[in-house]
Amino acid sequence: KDDQWKQDAPELNLESHSKGTAHSAGPPSSRQRFQRPESFENPPMYVAVMTYLGFGIVTLFGYFRDFLRAVGLEKCHIAREREEQKDFVPLYQDFENFYTRNLYMRVRDNWNRPICSLPGPVFDVMERVSPDYNWTFSLTGKTIDDVINMGSYNYLGFAENDGDFLKTVADRTQQYGLGVCSTRQEMGNLAIHEELEQLVATFLGVESSMIFGMGFATNSMNIPALVGKGCLILSDELNHTSLILGARLSGATIWVFKHNNMQSLERLLREAVCSGQPRTHRPWRKVLIMVEGIYSMEGSVVRLPDIVALKKKYKAYLYLDEAHSIGAVGPTGRGVTELFGLDPSDIDVMMGTFTKSFGAAGGYIAGKKELVDYLRSHSHSAVYASAMSPPVTEQILRAMKCIMGLDGTTVGQARVHQLAENTRYFRSRLQEMGFIIYGNDDSPVVPILLYMPGKVVAFSRAMLKRKIGVVVVGFPATPITEARARFCLSAAHTKAMLDQVLFDLNELGDDLCLKFSRRKYSPRPQQHNNNDDTDFELDS
Amino acid sequence: MDFKYLKEYLGWLYYQYLLITGIYVLEPWEQSIFNSVFFSSVAMVIYTSYAFVPVHVRLALNSLVQALLCH
Repeated sequence: KDDQWKQDAPELNLESHSKGTAHSAGPPSSRQRFQRPESFENPPMYVAVMTYLGFGIVTLFGYFRDFLRAVGLEKCHIAREREEQKDFVPLYQDFENFYTRNLYMRVRDNWNRPICSLPGPVFDVMERVSPDYNWTFSLTGKTIDDVINMGSYNYLGFAENDGDFLKTVADRTQQYGLGVCSTRQEMGNLAIHEELEQLVATFLGVESSMIFGMGFATNSMNIPALVGKGCLILSDELNHTSLILGARLSGATIWVFKHNNMQSLERLLREAVCSGQPRTHRPWRKVLIMVEGIYSMEGSVVRLPDIVALKKKYKAYLYLDEAHSIGAVGPTGRGVTELFGLDPSDIDVMMGTFTKSFGAAGGYIAGKKELVDYLRSHSHSAVYASAMSPPVTEQILRAMKCIMGLDGTTVGQARVHQLAENTRYFRSRLQEMGFIIYGNDDSPVVPILLYMPGKVVAFSRAMLKRKIGVVVVGFPATPITEARARFCLSAAHTKAMLDQVLFDLNELGDDLCLKFSRRKYSPRPQQHNNNDDTDFELDS
Repeated sequence: MDFKYLKEYLGWLYYQYLLITGIYVLEPWEQSIFNSVFFSSVAMVIYTSYAFVPVHVRLALNSLVQALLCH
């Protein structure tokens, strides 16, 4: 059985491609990274059969239980209309909730677990029990202490409550208070916001930037300001819901291309240029390519050099959502632009969030000054949404200054290196053990494929018993046969913690039979281009 | 053969069966229903194959041999 390797050498004649291969001497060039393949290995056939079998049996029992509830033999816990309303238009769509009612409710103790401490590298989880198979929960009052946190987006470890680090945040809270009580356009434009915007622009290497209070709203409220009817959006198949929502709200035509597939994108671009708008065949007003830096469900990295070359060839615009990649990839944490060695001015709209690597909340959009000035007056978020709170702004300022080294220490740089080292160590050890992992070797998001619904649930419960907190994702967030556990690595994880997690994963992998990979790995996997970065020596 | 390890191994096999068929997520009484239906149908298949397959095979071979001899 062959693995499904995504194309790693596009047939386009790209000048950046040849520039990369001409580099043989010198420091490990980041240009050579885009030749690294990403693997999405297929499991053996019996795994897919068993997954469907498991879902089928649970579905049959779901019908059986629905029948019992309809007949009245069993008490119904879900929302129901009153007797007097039975003849009206149905308020609760019974069948659409079939999956929620009959599978999710049975196992929902694995999600929404209440946490009662800082979500750092270790945290405390509140213990819950359920007397009626997860329809209701009650807290026992006890906590499970020191659970290793493998689910929080804490890439650089800035989710911390150390008094020394947070001194400036406390000072700003004293100065500005907590609430802003206005929008940016009215009275909410504080000096600290302007300071942060300048810092973000310097950090990314662009002319100007604008910040918003909520990351999801940054995408969904700003895309409608940039494109409208008569424009075309080319969106990757695995884009985040915020991008999809923003695209739909804008009213533009949306075409979807296969994930990271440059042939598919080029075909769509050609068709867009050749045929124009659907009925009138007028040229499109704007063509916007929307991609993400790191896709959080797959851990794959966008093929940025190819997309930039395509965009220049077909005169399209590029919207890059770096929610997971800003601060987490790149030699100095500047994101995928730095990872591939590209010029930031090639990307028209750079968007990112502060939730993941900076330990705060909110998002930004950066680019040319004309773009950002236009957004200041035309974006829904700028005009109507409340501005970012001062302590949050100061947290981002201190985190960004730390990463850039402006606070005089090398703590930030050390964290970026630690994250890269943790990522490479963890991924290589998991591949050696025989798990199927998706995604690029540089991404700190590691999805381990579990496939079967029973195993997903057993995995999450067993890991909590061993005091490791993981996030498991199943249908409908992922395709039905590809349920997974998603690990988010952090610079705050020590090697001891990672070793503990790997040890438990190894035992659980044998216990639950999760090691589906059919590839043989030597202890030191040689990369495709044989260009191991010599800064980190990993002892596996 | 150590009986403790055998019991543990059989328990592990049953656990795998629960995970693979997806029964792990169901309540115990539903698991009992499924187990009884499944194991009784497996028992019936085994009995049928033991009782009838040799007879059917023998009859089929006889008719095949007769057909070949007649021609």
